Amino acid sequence: MVVLKNLSTEELYAPGHRLCAGCGPSISIRMALKAARGPIAVVNATGCVEVSTTIFPYTAWRIPWVHALFENQAAVASGLEAAYQSLEEKGKRKGKVDIIAVGGDGGTFDIGIQAISGMLERGHDIVYLCYDNEAYMNTGIQRSGATPRGAATTTSPAGKVIPGKRGKKKDFIGICAAHGISYAATASIGFFSDYIDKMKKAIEVDGPAVVHVIAPCPLGWRSNPTETVKLAKMAVLTGLFPIYEVNDGIYKMSMKLGRLLPIEEYFKLQGRFQHLMKPEWKNEVEEIKKDTEKHYKKILRLAGEKIT
Amino acid sequence: MSRKKVESSIEGIIPYSGEGSTITIEGGAVCTQLGCAYNGDEAVAYAAKQSNVDVVAAYPITPQTIIVERFSEYVANGEVSTKYLPVESEHSAMSACVGASIGGARVFTSSASQGLALMHEVLYLASGLRCPIVMAVVNRALSAPINIHGDHSDMMGSRDCGWIQLYTENAQEAYDLTIQSFKIAEDKNVQLPITVNLDGFFISHSTESMKSIADEDINKFLPPRTPIYKLDHDSPISIGGMALPEYYYEFKRQQEEAINSAKPVVKNVGNEFGEMTGRKYGFFEAYEMNDADVAIISLGSTSGSVRSVAKKLRANGEKVGAIKLWMYRPFPTEELFSIIKDLKVLVVMDRAISFGAPYGALCSDISSILQNRDSEVKVLNMIYGLGGRDIPTTTIQQVFEESLHTAKTGEVKQRIKFLDMRE
Repeated sequence: MVVLKNLSTEELYAPGHRLCAGCGPSISIRMALKAARGPIAVVNATGCVEVSTTIFPYTAWRIPWVHALFENQAAVASGLEAAYQSLEEKGKRKGKVDIIAVGGDGGTFDIGIQAISGMLERGHDIVYLCYDNEAYMNTGIQRSGATPRGAATTTSPAGKVIPGKRGKKKDFIGICAAHGISYAATASIGFFSDYIDKMKKAIEVDGPAVVHVIAPCPLGWRSNPTETVKLAKMAVLTGLFPIYEVNDGIYKMSMKLGRLLPIEEYFKLQGRFQHLMKPEWKNEVEEIKKDTEKHYKKILRLAGEKIT
Repeated sequence: MSRKKVESSIEGIIPYSGEGSTITIEGGAVCTQLGCAYNGDEAVAYAAKQSNVDVVAAYPITPQTIIVERFSEYVANGEVSTKYLPVESEHSAMSACVGASIGGARVFTSSASQGLALMHEVLYLASGLRCPIVMAVVNRALSAPINIHGDHSDMMGSRDCGWIQLYTENAQEAYDLTIQSFKIAEDKNVQLPITVNLDGFFISHSTESMKSIADEDINKFLPPRTPIYKLDHDSPISIGGMALPEYYYEFKRQQEEAINSAKPVVKNVGNEFGEMTGRKYGFFEAYEMNDADVAIISLGSTSGSVRSVAKKLRANGEKVGAIKLWMYRPFPTEELFSIIKDLKVLVVMDRAISFGAPYGALCSDISSILQNRDSEVKVLNMIYGLGGRDIPTTTIQQVFEESLHTAKTGEVKQRIKFLDMRE
């Protein structure tokens, strides 16, 4: 397991970029690159990380990096991998490069999911990393398929009759695991050693691997920028974002929780859930609790854990 | 060339040149001494095979399917060292091509119609990132209503995507120009993607006699790609960053420079190809244009019909000519003007409608260059053949005859006409 003192001090992701103070996705990228075992290349979907790190003529990336479009990072990465393989076989290039395709939750859960499915099915040796800040934050906090129930966004506002986003968060890792890939995992930037370990495993796996990391956005969650890491921990501890691995179809919990932290503790630190604190939406909070428990128990069941 | 001799009595095939002929198989096609029987799609697949492509990423769509099927066979039989990605959509096909091209590979793909429309946004990415990808576009109508047959609506819909755009008349040209396209696209002064257009079914599915080129000659003509920039561990650069108003405009201006720089390259490559094969290429083919009063300009397979009608009318003493435009983008403005400036009437054939525009796309281009030079040439626009409707030589002859009348009288009845249309 990675511990602070043996973490690489090399910063492949340079300071000076234009992401917000307290940006969870930014932390997720810096940590992910600490998992590098050798040469690494990143294919980045359109999103906060992309637009804020490569404003011409500057770049925050000390590794080969390419941005193409919003929904095609998995396909671009597939092509890049094929090029490296083909040229290597013909003796035109040398050296293994680990390719990481990176997308936010919008580019992953919604518009990019088809290309990701294709990449997983074809079996490319690529790590797919989704940094999940639970909405389209780059364009101004619009709901995505990863936005949790009840969260207010600009396209799922907390209104008089509708209390924020309807529908559940997609089970993205379940979708990926269903492709029969060797490795898929959820992680949190709040638990850095677990996250970096998972990135290392994902890189080491031969074939496609997926890591889905929760990365709070102070702007979109309307939270204090100093509490980003705390919220990333709380998302796990409330059972809203359980962290686990799927190794060749076998689920394994990364953290066993005795008792789930009350979600109200988590909600009250975020503006996006403030409306749920009102008495008229008490029932909605109860429904969210039920959903959360149900999903958490499903994962426990898949991991063969006792359900209490 | 790896020609495999086979028995001359292949079941159901009669030797083309009669007694004593030898039938061989080349790239999956049946050959006699006169040439090989290829349809347009097969010809393109064989050209891609011989061009030593590193990566192909493609998605099947009628009438392009034969290209990907044939190429899959080459891969399955170990006849090529290409990585073939059978992706899940055209959007991903072009995206994977961009990824591979950035990685330094020689890349080929093909598509048509809805497929080209689906990859529309990625086309701009490929040209903006200066990826010399070669794509065969097997031109087909766009939905709705759904129609699988040939017209130019697909490519014209992506006209401004920043790609070099070539059009072909038959399987031979589709083969020849596919090979040339790699050399044009990968030229250090160009570094842009390129489409080779062939009319759906009219070319893609019509079997013709075609002359192929020996592998060793192609290897000499087309050396491996040497990318100027590529994404790899020894060159940790960032590609595709954000350019805000203070830089974006300059990027686009450079792209315009690049596509115009393709003109001398297309010409030189066409000449060099001509020296190798006896089949010379360039921007366009001018038929009987020296003293013509009336001419028809067209793209693609129709050009053959136009030329044959022009030949017939010439035999009757009519001063008619024909222009087949190989290179639509970049547009050969000056060169084209020099051969049309003394015409009385120029008929422009458009196999696509630019809805609500004054003319079809090709006619708009030609009208603008004539008008800017105070030309007296009368331009008539014929829209024709949408959704694969046949364009018979009788119709073309009628167009010539009406245009000759206009040339004589100066009288223009209709500037834009929909040929063979139930009105």
